[in-house]
Amino acid sequence: MTRKATRHVSQNEGLIFEKSSPGKAAWKLPPLDVPEVDASALLGSAERRDLGNMPEVSEIEIIRHFTRLSTWNYAIDLGMYPLGSCTMKYNPRVNELVVRLDGLANGHPYQPEPISQGALRIIKTLSDCLIEITGMDAITLQPAAGAHGELTGLLMVRAYHQSKGAPRKKILIPDSAHGTNPATAAMVGYAVENLKSNSQGMVDVAALTAQMNEDVAALMLTNPNTLGVFEQEIHKIAEIMHAKGGLLYMDGANMNALVGKVRPGDFGVDVMHLNLHKTFSTPHGGGGPGSGPVAVKRALEPFLPRPVVLTRTDGTPACDYDRPQSVGRVRAFYGNFGMFVRALAYILANGPDGLRQTTEDAVLNANYIRKGLEGAYDLPYSTPSMHEVVFSDKLQAKKGVKTMDIAKRLIDYGFHPYTTAFPLIVPGALMIEPTESESKEEMDLFIEAMKSIAEEVEEDPQTVLDAPHSTRVSRLDETAAARKPVLRWKPQN
Amino acid sequence: MLKAIGARSVDDLFSPIPEEYRLARDLKVPRQMAESEIVDWFRERSRENGDSYATFLGAGAYYHYRPVIIDSLISRGEFLTAYTPYQAEISQGTLQAIFEFQSMICELTGMEVANASMYDGSTAAAEAVMMAVRLTGRRSVVVARSLHPEYREVLATYAHHQNLPFATSSFGDDGRLNLNELEKSITSDTACVLIQSPNFLGTIEDAAAIAEIAHKKGSMLVVSIAEAVSLGIVEPPRQADIIAMEAQSFGVPLGFGGPYCGVLATREQFVRQMPGRLAGQTTDRNGKRGFVLTLATREQHIRREKATSNICTNQALVALMVNIFMTVYGKVGLKELAKQNLAKTAYAAGQFARHTKILFQGSPRFNEFVVRTSEDPAAINSRLLGHKIVGGLPLKKFYPELGNAALWCCTELTTRSAIDTAVGLVAESERSVRAAKEEVDAEQVTR
Amino acid sequence: MPYPADYKYTKEHEWIKADSKNASIGITHYAQQTLGDIVFVDLPKPGAEIASGKTFGSVESVKAVSDLYAPASGTVTEVNGELANAPEKINKEAHSAWMIKITLKNPAELDSLLSAADYEKFVSEEAGH
Repeated sequence: MTRKATRHVSQNEGLIFEKSSPGKAAWKLPPLDVPEVDASALLGSAERRDLGNMPEVSEIEIIRHFTRLSTWNYAIDLGMYPLGSCTMKYNPRVNELVVRLDGLANGHPYQPEPISQGALRIIKTLSDCLIEITGMDAITLQPAAGAHGELTGLLMVRAYHQSKGAPRKKILIPDSAHGTNPATAAMVGYAVENLKSNSQGMVDVAALTAQMNEDVAALMLTNPNTLGVFEQEIHKIAEIMHAKGGLLYMDGANMNALVGKVRPGDFGVDVMHLNLHKTFSTPHGGGGPGSGPVAVKRALEPFLPRPVVLTRTDGTPACDYDRPQSVGRVRAFYGNFGMFVRALAYILANGPDGLRQTTEDAVLNANYIRKGLEGAYDLPYSTPSMHEVVFSDKLQAKKGVKTMDIAKRLIDYGFHPYTTAFPLIVPGALMIEPTESESKEEMDLFIEAMKSIAEEVEEDPQTVLDAPHSTRVSRLDETAAARKPVLRWKPQN
Repeated sequence: MLKAIGARSVDDLFSPIPEEYRLARDLKVPRQMAESEIVDWFRERSRENGDSYATFLGAGAYYHYRPVIIDSLISRGEFLTAYTPYQAEISQGTLQAIFEFQSMICELTGMEVANASMYDGSTAAAEAVMMAVRLTGRRSVVVARSLHPEYREVLATYAHHQNLPFATSSFGDDGRLNLNELEKSITSDTACVLIQSPNFLGTIEDAAAIAEIAHKKGSMLVVSIAEAVSLGIVEPPRQADIIAMEAQSFGVPLGFGGPYCGVLATREQFVRQMPGRLAGQTTDRNGKRGFVLTLATREQHIRREKATSNICTNQALVALMVNIFMTVYGKVGLKELAKQNLAKTAYAAGQFARHTKILFQGSPRFNEFVVRTSEDPAAINSRLLGHKIVGGLPLKKFYPELGNAALWCCTELTTRSAIDTAVGLVAESERSVRAAKEEVDAEQVTR
Repeated sequence: MPYPADYKYTKEHEWIKADSKNASIGITHYAQQTLGDIVFVDLPKPGAEIASGKTFGSVESVKAVSDLYAPASGTVTEVNGELANAPEKINKEAHSAWMIKITLKNPAELDSLLSAADYEKFVSEEAGH
């Protein structure tokens, strides 16, 4: 079998400031068709005279600069990106084309409604699709990312309880949850109470029953959870919450394991967010932009952020601002519209059959990898896996090799590392999510690489501990970076 | 693959899901489309969305030219399809780009540190306020009424559930913050004063004077900058403690309101209370320069409920557009670009002033101004649409006290002919209103 | 690493060294070892009141933050400013790198803390998990 990675020339490239010299330029403005003005006369003391150390470079230098930088990145386009929970699937290029069409790319958020029908129709169509996919009743697309969606969702939970008399005091969060969950609860003014997982990595229903009372506003549950396990007692969980007037919030980070197969609205979820950049293929772009729509059941609809896009009696879409019980705005304008366009293009490219098959392939791939690595790595929970599988470094730790070391060694084999050390309930976790995008051939290379690393740990652990060996920089000194932060370039005198 | 796993069918793999919840039917979403059909569908939507209209809209979203190389570069799969650069060894491209972005934002704002970007200007302003609350230990805020109305709404949403009261400070006839009123509204519990400059009405605030008033009472000054191109010719508010920017103007498409690029900049001493990702310089084991995400202990994945914010993503790809834009224009180009905005705006304001009233005269402005007409601006705008021109934003919804006022914006892309057409229609409107009035007056005389 | 016999310890891994009224407080060798390279310490200002068992600050490594719990109640009289620029001192000499000095409100509180021997036993059990 051909190993995936080899070495190629990696160009060195300094900071853009180091290439700058006076007189170089990559811009050209057209001649003014109005009279020139005297900036000093117009602005007086508000006039700026100095732009500091902004660079001056030519166009080819800029092209080379960023192209060289780009070659130092790993990317989905280069191969499997098995980051568990992050859902690094293929980002279709047609999405990038349609989002750049003139009327969509240059549409102003305040342009009058008669010439905004295209954008509003995209918002409405995507909203309808997402409502159908989640089995919920209403939706807002305004939140800019998953965490922002969580914030919006919990604000609505709070407003809902407030409308019943009191906002309640706390949010229950399983110990396997993403860090954003407790951080969000705190931002909305709720106390966080931890919920322990049972021996199968699922919500302990007995513990939930004991902890649930009239002070609890909601349970924030990721389903499938961060172990990639479907909460089989989900109906009981929802019942326990509802019996005491609480709400069930679902973190939709793992929705890609459910689309077309099961709908959260059908198993008792009251409010949930989606990550368009995970489930619906919008690009991660090196850390954003995301988009975090929030879907709700009827009871929470009055609290949706303003405005809500609805259909007029004549069939045209329009914005409704008259929502007295709304939690308010969470972002200016309509949200990350460019992500709506991409997500909708993805849904159209799939249709009902494609969406279902995507989910099936994602689950099939995760189970194939699980089978392939069983034995070589410790599997802390034997519960069936959905779209991702969590191993631990227990076997390798005996040789002093930790999950992060294995992850770094994987780089030398031409793969991006999996998610390390998360979820927190698995010490030394290796969290692997292949997504539906990977072929059997790519996964076989991955399994081969992981097995080979496991062998290296036995025979020559130091090679693994010192990895990566093939990158342009070796392991970086994060301690020095944090102790004496250098967060910007400054000229050397 | 099923055989390798030991499953009979794919459905076996879904057996953990209780049968009663499994969906036994197709999703009711549009049927699967071919790529060509998808492109056609969106072309249709694009045509319904005002393509090829000239615009005088600004108000927090600005139409500037986007150099072609921005899209060439950000379309590279290594940028487009990479994840957050947690694995530094194979993410140096993204990390160095963020470091350069932070550095340039510092150069332009006059601040000492800047983060890797935030969702947008509205949420950046709200986060800046919460940061000031943490830094001062005080629990209320004074907000300028000339801050973008939707930014104020977002702040209200964030503040409401934190029990953070906020007072609004009004603007005077010159469009600037009323300093006497401001001084009175700051109490010993005011964490910060939040202003925008150039403000929503286009006027440049006297940030130095406002900073002095705020600091005298132990409050911080947070300045929101919504029109980044202004930084090429307008002195940045160096006296501010935190700057909350919207960098959309720097090469980010209008895109019907997003994704945009918020960013926070502040002084070094406050960095540990600043939310959002940060790239820092360090060295590898061989002493080679490299970059990592740093000071991560501020963030949610470590500090969980005690984090500075729940924010997780930055707007990396959009920040990269901003970065490339700043690099293309650079030290000289940004100034020349800003000057063209100034010239177009001065010309347009001058032309409008010949026929109708320009509000807030006498204060410096950048590329926006408020025009008051006798007729409802929405009516004038609907006639302008016939010329494929989108007129200024009617302000009645946000500032009813200003009457028939609209906020007009000119950038380097606004043509003289569009200005002249718009001015012509406004002049016509004024004439017909005057004529109608004279007719009424004449009738009254004859009666 | 020996735990000084004239110090008292908490189960949250702080040490306190006291004379009749004044005390210095830091974190133990075990604590610094568990945290790894310390990059930042967040401490109260002189004049601040701290209460036994309650947090008075935090200590950060690259990937973790730990709250600091007061071993005894009192008023902060001095803060070790050196640690702001050189937090690595805590890694090097945890038992001499004091963080704050306080005047004790109730010296009797110290009686309920662990002795060096008890603490060492406690740590060896915790590490065994």
